[in-house]
Amino acid sequence: MEFFLQLLVNGISLGFLYSLSALGFVMIFKSSSVLNLAHGELLAIGAFLFLAISTWAQLPIWLSFALTLVGTFLLGFIVERFFLRPLIGEDLIQVIMLTLGLGIMFKGLLLFVFGGDIHEYRTFLPEGLSLDLGIVRIPSVNVATFIIGILFLILFGFFFKYSSQGIYMRSVADNQSAALSLGVHVRRVFALSWAIAFIVAAMSGIVLGIINGINVHELSAIGLKVFPVVILGGLDSIGGAILGGIIIGLLETFTGGYISTSLREIIPYIVLIIILMVKPYGLFGLVEIERV
Amino acid sequence: MLNFLQSAGQGGGGKKKVQFMENDTRLQINNISVVYSDVIQVLKGVSLTIKKGQVVSLLGSNGAGKTTTLKAISGLLKPENGKVTEGYIEYDGESIQNSSPEDITRKGIIQVLEGRQEFKYLTVEENLRVGTATRWGKPYQKDLGLVYNYFPALLARKKALAGYCSGGELQMLVIGRALMAHPQLLLLDEPSLGLAPLLVKEIFQIIKRINQEQEATLMVVEQNANMALQIAHYGYVMENGKIVLESEAAELRENPDVKEFYLGTAASGALKSYKDVKAYKRRKRWL
Amino acid sequence: MRKLQFRPCGNFNESYEEELAIFETDFGRVSMLIGLLLLFVVIPFITSPYTLYILNSIGIYAIAAIGLNLLIGYTGQISLGHGAFFGVGAYTAAILATKTGFPIWLSIPAAGIVTAAVGIIFGLPSARLKHLYLLIATLAGQFIIEYVLVQWESLTGGAEGISIIGATFLKIDIGSDRAFYFLIFICFALMTWIAVNLVRTRYGRAFIAIRDNDRAAEGMGIPIFRYKLLSFAISSFYAGFAGGLYAYYMMSITPEPFNLWLSIWLIAMIIIGGLGNIPGSVFGAIFIVVLEELLSLGTQYLMNVGDSAGAAITIAPLREFVFGLAIVLFVIFEPKGLAEVWRVIRSNFRLWPFSY
Repeated sequence: MEFFLQLLVNGISLGFLYSLSALGFVMIFKSSSVLNLAHGELLAIGAFLFLAISTWAQLPIWLSFALTLVGTFLLGFIVERFFLRPLIGEDLIQVIMLTLGLGIMFKGLLLFVFGGDIHEYRTFLPEGLSLDLGIVRIPSVNVATFIIGILFLILFGFFFKYSSQGIYMRSVADNQSAALSLGVHVRRVFALSWAIAFIVAAMSGIVLGIINGINVHELSAIGLKVFPVVILGGLDSIGGAILGGIIIGLLETFTGGYISTSLREIIPYIVLIIILMVKPYGLFGLVEIERV
Repeated sequence: MLNFLQSAGQGGGGKKKVQFMENDTRLQINNISVVYSDVIQVLKGVSLTIKKGQVVSLLGSNGAGKTTTLKAISGLLKPENGKVTEGYIEYDGESIQNSSPEDITRKGIIQVLEGRQEFKYLTVEENLRVGTATRWGKPYQKDLGLVYNYFPALLARKKALAGYCSGGELQMLVIGRALMAHPQLLLLDEPSLGLAPLLVKEIFQIIKRINQEQEATLMVVEQNANMALQIAHYGYVMENGKIVLESEAAELRENPDVKEFYLGTAASGALKSYKDVKAYKRRKRWL
Repeated sequence: MRKLQFRPCGNFNESYEEELAIFETDFGRVSMLIGLLLLFVVIPFITSPYTLYILNSIGIYAIAAIGLNLLIGYTGQISLGHGAFFGVGAYTAAILATKTGFPIWLSIPAAGIVTAAVGIIFGLPSARLKHLYLLIATLAGQFIIEYVLVQWESLTGGAEGISIIGATFLKIDIGSDRAFYFLIFICFALMTWIAVNLVRTRYGRAFIAIRDNDRAAEGMGIPIFRYKLLSFAISSFYAGFAGGLYAYYMMSITPEPFNLWLSIWLIAMIIIGGLGNIPGSVFGAIFIVVLEELLSLGTQYLMNVGDSAGAAITIAPLREFVFGLAIVLFVIFEPKGLAEVWRVIRSNFRLWPFSY
């Protein structure tokens, strides 16, 4: 029983990490329908920027956090302007290949600057955040992740559902020429969505870095874990991404705990194939409305 | 009769100069040519004038260049790789032919695209809210009320996904969406496309009301010439990328050629037989 | 004998046969003969073993890239699992050769067939999925196959892999680079010939119809699901075939090389070469293999120059950077790939001095 509970808690906290990493991905997909294969590298960029500012430059934590957010926001603008904008209106595969190439580029650059070792942040989270549930203890990092995750969910849920800018972003993803005819600033929407996605990815990357240490290879591998998560939840649903992450996290820890550790890495993909066969648009995704 | 048409075309050109001098001109298109992908010329010297507060209808068969004319005005040619190569477009005396759609819509020119380009995954109300993009950050509740007043059917469906609405509802939706932008000049591209006759009548009634109550200038591109000429003040007929005929709407309604070819009634009022239409088509080349 | 035909100016085709012809002019036919002559008679005897090694790699990857291009470029179904399919082919060939003693001329086609079956399994989601979802399904396939290759130790030898020793073809030892060169490029010529002809048949046209508009294709009476699966099967056959050649050529295989990176590599080849263009896949294979080789030569060179060995280790990641940059630049500036560049160069020559 204790083992079970421990696995449950581990699974949920791992899953929350996945959900958090998936958020930026869903952001981009929702507003520009781009499947971002460089997402793992975006996580890594945020994590390393924070590392460089907080640990190497020794700036206070809150300041380096703010600087990281500003930095990644600008970076998002730049990447959109120089790499993605020329491709507006091109074929899907071209855009996918572009994000793939960008990912490889970023990874090489990060490895060049920071090397392939595991780095760590200096500790700054208060110990008081940790929860003791009697049988199992949840470390403060995971509690912090949980709080951040919930905050994000509410924030972005509201942003997309109710704010005008959020609705404009969705309208662009839906029907670009109609949005253009109504005066939606399409290029600005694209730039903004990439900038926001960079920020979200940076935050997730920082949280991942706090828990697992910061390593280029590991973070870019998590970028691929995002796929089962978002497929499970539906590519364009933020709530789905959160739930999908938790389900995948639980699946992984329980498979690892009860069946075999080697199967653990692969189980999300097996589930993914099954889901795609049974419910192609995920649990909460929008069914494609096709009128001929 | 041919002579009459020719002289009408030329006379229009002369009249335009005069209109341009007057102060109530909303939009002035002077002799524009539009080329797609640098090779396909669609418009070959189109000139037209829209006066403030008027409803102007643009008639013509498929491929005549009506939609291209609208897109040239609203700046939507650029995403389709089209360009205005000659002539100029002036809106309230300002040149707009090379502006981006973002700037043009912010001047108050809103185009309602052909074929009901709704946002499928947004609800009806969210669709309407996209219409506020040109005045982002300003309150929009009053405008919503206004649109629901014009189109009560939308109010009942406001939480439904637009992708699941009927064709009639969608046409109302896209017109309402454009109204949200407070248009000074509203360009409607085939509002009757694929709608039942009764619905067409209703839509056109509302278009007329919009013109009268909102003091918006309207340009309506239509296949349904009968309907369009009933609500319009002025009409243009296009063919092969040129304006071939222009006149007051009432005059146009009485024009025997328009009657024959676009309204489907002969001078006597009886329906024309197919044979005669074909004969007209042969003659049409001279226009 | 009829008169030799050279390129006319404009389109003078009078029948569908002419429209479908591979060579519009005899000039093309002649230059292909010269190319084949160079390929089989001149090149293998004048180049160093190192160059032959590179050429062999190009040949193998070009076969896989042609197959992938049939799937992505012609049928419009994106696959991120071809690296694993390549691995399935390699393992099938190796297992058949070592455990059952299949001769090479049987085991390599068998590898292709087994891979085609695997490809069909992972192509099944394409019945309901399009675009992104299919891409992700094939990505999952990639990981699952990788896992099976590592975990099924009794068959695949796990992480240790399998070695094939002393393979012969019709009693000729093909261990040397040169002998293998002939094997690879005969296969290459054959597979290219099949692909070029395939795309101008009913099947090829059905593939293109599905790519351009699958709903319209269905409306025209093309059973799209069957054709999608067929495309998956053919394309995986190519990947498996190339994998089989790879296994024999490398003589020992481990699961390591058949990872996601290889899938990306293959896609990069056809993007850089040109989607929906068979010669383009070959150009892409040449470009990527040569680029990779130059990059690793560059880092090796730096490592050997005096005391910059330390610097070389930090520079090594720049290989990845340059590789990524090449993809990005091609996608942005020449989306039609090297095939388009080649066409422009050729027509410039042809039209000289009136080219513009």
